[in-house]
Formats: sequence, structure tokens, C-alpha cells
Amino acid sequence: MNRFLWPLVGFLVLVVFLGVGLKLNPREVPSPLIGKPAPAFNAPLLAEPGKTVTRESLLGKPWVLNVWASWCAPCRDEHPYWVAFAPKSPVPIYGLNYKDQPAAAQKWLQQLGNPYAQSLMDADGRIGIDYGVYGVPETFVIDAQGVVRFKHVGPITPEVLRDKIEPLLKQLNG
Amino acid sequence: MAKHLFACLLLALSAVLAVALTPAQAKEAVPVATDPALEARVMALSAELRCLVCQNQTIADSHADLAVDLRNQIRTMLSQGQSTDQVRDYMTQRYGDFVLYKPPFKATTALLWVGPPLLMLVALVALFLTLRARQRARPEAFDPDTPDDDPAR
Repeated sequence: MNRFLWPLVGFLVLVVFLGVGLKLNPREVPSPLIGKPAPAFNAPLLAEPGKTVTRESLLGKPWVLNVWASWCAPCRDEHPYWVAFAPKSPVPIYGLNYKDQPAAAQKWLQQLGNPYAQSLMDADGRIGIDYGVYGVPETFVIDAQGVVRFKHVGPITPEVLRDKIEPLLKQLNG
Repeated sequence: MAKHLFACLLLALSAVLAVALTPAQAKEAVPVATDPALEARVMALSAELRCLVCQNQTIADSHADLAVDLRNQIRTMLSQGQSTDQVRDYMTQRYGDFVLYKPPFKATTALLWVGPPLLMLVALVALFLTLRARQRARPEAFDPDTPDDDPAR
């Protein structure tokens, strides 16, 4: 009896570990930024390159940072959800135009709609590095104190918007 | 004479070509630091950092845009006199321990570090117990040999 029981126990333990492993998504890297102050930046606006926006100037109100680029195919997938969400969003959505050509980016917004209060330009990807961006699109929620509260890597889905981002924004705003 | 002229022309043409091609080659070579010692440190350090775009490659191996940017960042930081630990901290602050191919020993990574030696220990103890039990077993515990077992007979 004992002889067969132990290998069986070992096998079951292995099955549990492998089963849990299958459910994990290796592309989702937990951001070390959650709960920490959002990195500072001073970025020119896509619409008016002469003007810049800093992290400090956005303090006092929660906001959403959506990293996008016109060369990024998954950004195209998630874009309609942002366009639909923007009018009813309780907080402003800022775009971070990551390593893009300004002309291409503006054309993209004209064609697909512009859900952003402003788009900030990150031409050389430095702000992206500071925010730990590795797979565009990425979405951050930053609270009124400038602390990163949420990060989503990859295109958002209506479910993520409805179940995670919207409740968090309401809670932060309320 | 004509042959001579032809050779001159060829020489001139190759000189023009060489000049025309040089800037392109020089541009390609820019990211490599002029200092081989620095470049060796950059490559050594980037070989222990994970590229997050293609996760089974190091930053040294990967051709992803982000990996190139991060290699440049490492090069800049090292050439400014920052230590390798400072570069590692810079990367983990942004991308988490996940970028380190050699993660630090913490509560969350304890199972990772202790797990394999622990499994080995369990296996060795099991082996020892089994062998000792067999050694102490009386001869009756084993099946007696039957003539069929020995093909020589």
C-alpha cells in the first residue's frame, strides 16, 4: 500500500504545481511601481510641442496614463474602448505617445478618434523606461497624490475597464 | 596606355565608393563604446538582465528595440562612473526582480532558492531509509531464487 501511495502523492503535488503554473501568465510582470510615486517627467505635448506637462502639474486629481504608438498593432485593438470610455470617464486620460513620429501619431488620432485629454510625447522612450514599459500598450492609474495604483500590460478589454479600472477610478475620485 | 587609364579609373571609383560607404558603416558602429573595457562591462552586465520583450533572452542577446535602449542606458550609466549595483538597482526599480536572471534571496523567492536543495535532501533521505530497511530485512523478506531465474542453468 505504502509503496504505491508515496509516488501517487508526489505525482499529485506535481500536478498541482503544474496546474497553477499553467494558469500564470508569464507576460504579466508585476510592476514594482504599484504603491510608489509615479516617476517624474517633463514631456512635450503632441498637439503643441512647445508646451510641456510634468508629473507635478497633474497632481491633485487622479488620472489615467495610456502608453500608445501608431506603429503598435494591439493599440489599434484597444483604441475603440478608450474612445468609448473617454466621455464617461470620471478622470482625464493622458496618452503617452511612445517612440513615435509626431505626424504619424496625429494622423492616427484623426483617423481613429482622440480619447486623450492630452498626449505626451516620449520620442526616445526615456519616460517609458522610467515607467517600466516593455509592451505597448500599457495603462497606468495614478492617484491624486501621484502614486501609481494600477498597471495593465497589453491591450485593455471591456472587462478590464469595467471590472478593474472604472471601480478604481470611482473609488479614487470619490 | 588604355589599360593604365582603366586601372586609374577603377581606383578612383573604389575610392569614391569607400568614402560614400563609410558614413553608413560608422553610423552602425556608434552604439559600441570606443572603450573595449567599458563595452565588456556593458555586455557582462546586460547578459544577466532579462529582456522583457522576448523573455527568454538576455538584454545582451536580444535585438528588440527596448533591449537596445537598455543597453545604451547601461553604457551611459557605466561611463558616468556608476557601479554595476547601481545599474542593477535602476533596472529592478523599473522592471522588478524579474529582470534579474539571478534573483535576490527574499521571502518571495525563498521557494525558488531553497526548493531544489530541499527536494534533493528529501530524495537522499528517502534513498537512505529504503536502503537501510532492505539491509536490515531478514532474508525471508525477499523472494527466494527459483531455478528459472538463472538462465545459465
